[in-house]
Amino acid sequence: MDRRRFFRILGAGGLLGLLKAKAQGLPWTEETFAPTKTLGAPLSEYGERSPFEAEVVRYISPNLRTRHSGADFAPLERLEGVITPNGLHFERHHAGVPQVDPKYYRLVIHGMVERPLVFTLEELKRFPSVTRTYFIECAGNGQNGYRNPPDPNLTATRSRGLASNASWTGVPLALLLKEAGVKPGAKWLIPEGMDAAMYTRSLPLEKAMEDVLVAYAQNGEALRPEQGYPVRLVVPGWEGSIQVKWLRRILVTDLPAMAKDETSEYTDVMADGRVLAFTWVMDPESIITYPSGLQQIKPGFHEIRGLAWSGHGRITKVEISFDEGRTWREAALEPPVERYAFVRFKMPWYWDGKEVVLWSRAWDERGNTQPTREEFFKKWGRNNRYHYNAIQAWRVLPDGRVVNGDRPLGGQASGPAGGCGGEVFDV
Amino acid sequence: MFRRALLALALAGLAVGARYQLGTPITEELAAQYDLRPVVLPDGRGLPPGEGKVAEGERIYAEKCASCHGARGEGYPFNRLVSEPFPITPDTEPVEYAIGNYWQYPTTLFDYIRRAMPFGQEGTLTDEEVYHLVAFLLYMNGITEADTPINQKTLPTIRMPARELLDLDPETKRRFPWLTLP
Ligand code: HEC
Repeated sequence: MDRRRFFRILGAGGLLGLLKAKAQGLPWTEETFAPTKTLGAPLSEYGERSPFEAEVVRYISPNLRTRHSGADFAPLERLEGVITPNGLHFERHHAGVPQVDPKYYRLVIHGMVERPLVFTLEELKRFPSVTRTYFIECAGNGQNGYRNPPDPNLTATRSRGLASNASWTGVPLALLLKEAGVKPGAKWLIPEGMDAAMYTRSLPLEKAMEDVLVAYAQNGEALRPEQGYPVRLVVPGWEGSIQVKWLRRILVTDLPAMAKDETSEYTDVMADGRVLAFTWVMDPESIITYPSGLQQIKPGFHEIRGLAWSGHGRITKVEISFDEGRTWREAALEPPVERYAFVRFKMPWYWDGKEVVLWSRAWDERGNTQPTREEFFKKWGRNNRYHYNAIQAWRVLPDGRVVNGDRPLGGQASGPAGGCGGEVFDV
Repeated sequence: MFRRALLALALAGLAVGARYQLGTPITEELAAQYDLRPVVLPDGRGLPPGEGKVAEGERIYAEKCASCHGARGEGYPFNRLVSEPFPITPDTEPVEYAIGNYWQYPTTLFDYIRRAMPFGQEGTLTDEEVYHLVAFLLYMNGITEADTPINQKTLPTIRMPARELLDLDPETKRRFPWLTLP
């Protein structure tokens, strides 16, 4: 469509909108503007969001058998920009959220080091600090994509909401390790949490020396308890499950632990029958958050909006297709486009009221992109639980309802496994 | 003399400058006290003394585990623990993944049960009880015989059938060429 025609149509849509509002008889009376005549709320010590926003909350699956081991989802389609507000950052834990008194907080680094050390929170904060924006994504994000046939009631939240993005402040783990003096032969770190499950994982020393943060702040304030208060690991670009929260101890050693959550969970069953261990790096993802599943739109102008990220590096391009992948158009990326962080993509769009399927796919600086569902399952097993990053399709129906546009796969019906995927279905 | 003292000072300064002198040095003994539930490595490091017996394990399991994992480990309301000792295939549904068909390292079982079970009463099991439970669960999964002793020495040597399926993620292999799976 040429520009002139586009703007003419735009203009028409706008005018139509105004006329409609008038027809609906918006009550522009004095009462509607009552707040202009009364004193508002007084100063308050900690700001709360408007009560009118109270229904913007994390999604907790109603089918969970416990709320002390599981995950909940950030409400992606209700958020703007790229930063996930602290109270809406997705959660995943294995034994509830511990309450840790910072007075008694200690971090011990020991094992293959010259000087085993114990740090207080105050000491950690005295080190040179780093603030960076990074996404954290559960390896199980996208697990609803393993459902076949696809869930018609899928939302952007339930599709990709086990990912969030925040500005993290902390001390580079490399500085703490230098302080302790890593001995030759050491290759692995085993970080341990202070939760009841004393959650552990294995992290190669090399990554720790590169860019891992021992973080104590999230979007400018102390970490939220769900995010590891007072101290957690932030491991840029890698699966969330390795970013140990409530960090109490780091064992420096020469072997990985092969802990439960890097063997029984967080290993990937491939289509060829192999099970892959240490699938740490998160492949590129994108999700259109508007218009998305269970939303309702009207004909006329819309800005298609979405989020993209990759654990391999910077997002270079996001494309949108209106014809199930035959042709692609490049969306605009809102700066700054940072490594290992959410990027907001946008595209102006005029919906003509005809049924259409929207696809998006992200590209990163290493040339990776997202597969279609069919391509994804050539490589990953149908019964795998993690790392689903196939293109999410949204179908806009003629009445303006938006539903899951993913295509069913042949073969067996299946449901997600729960746990880190955040949902349980009895199959 | 004065120059030597200066040099020594400068060297000390350098050594100090390379670090921030933050954090309190502790002995490994003190660190061990902080190490409430030591990590068990696949080569057996971290395993305490003691020995597990299937019959004892069966008794403890019935009392402390069965309510959540099923009388025979069949798994309701929580994870299934017992399965055929054949590795899973791509057609096996995730709810069927259990110790016998999915777990790749026997040491993980000791580490995890001591660390994280029973859910809601973590850290209450003695090392001896953990050994009994490991012995029972390995036996129930058809990995060991009823009289296989489970201890520091034997546990790391037990081969789990699902280990054959385990491979390194190719991206991890590319980034860390030195990395191998134990
Ligand atoms: C109150 C319920 C409850 C009790 C009692 C309980 N468990 Fe669990 N168990 C769980 C839950 C929940 C999980 C999943 C934890 C997670 O999310 O990491 C689990 C996970 C496990 C797993 C890992 C399963 C897998 O394949 O990943 C093992 C092994 C296990 N439990 C063993 C035991 C043993 C042995 C006992 C008895 C000492 C026990 N459990 C008692 C609830 C329970």
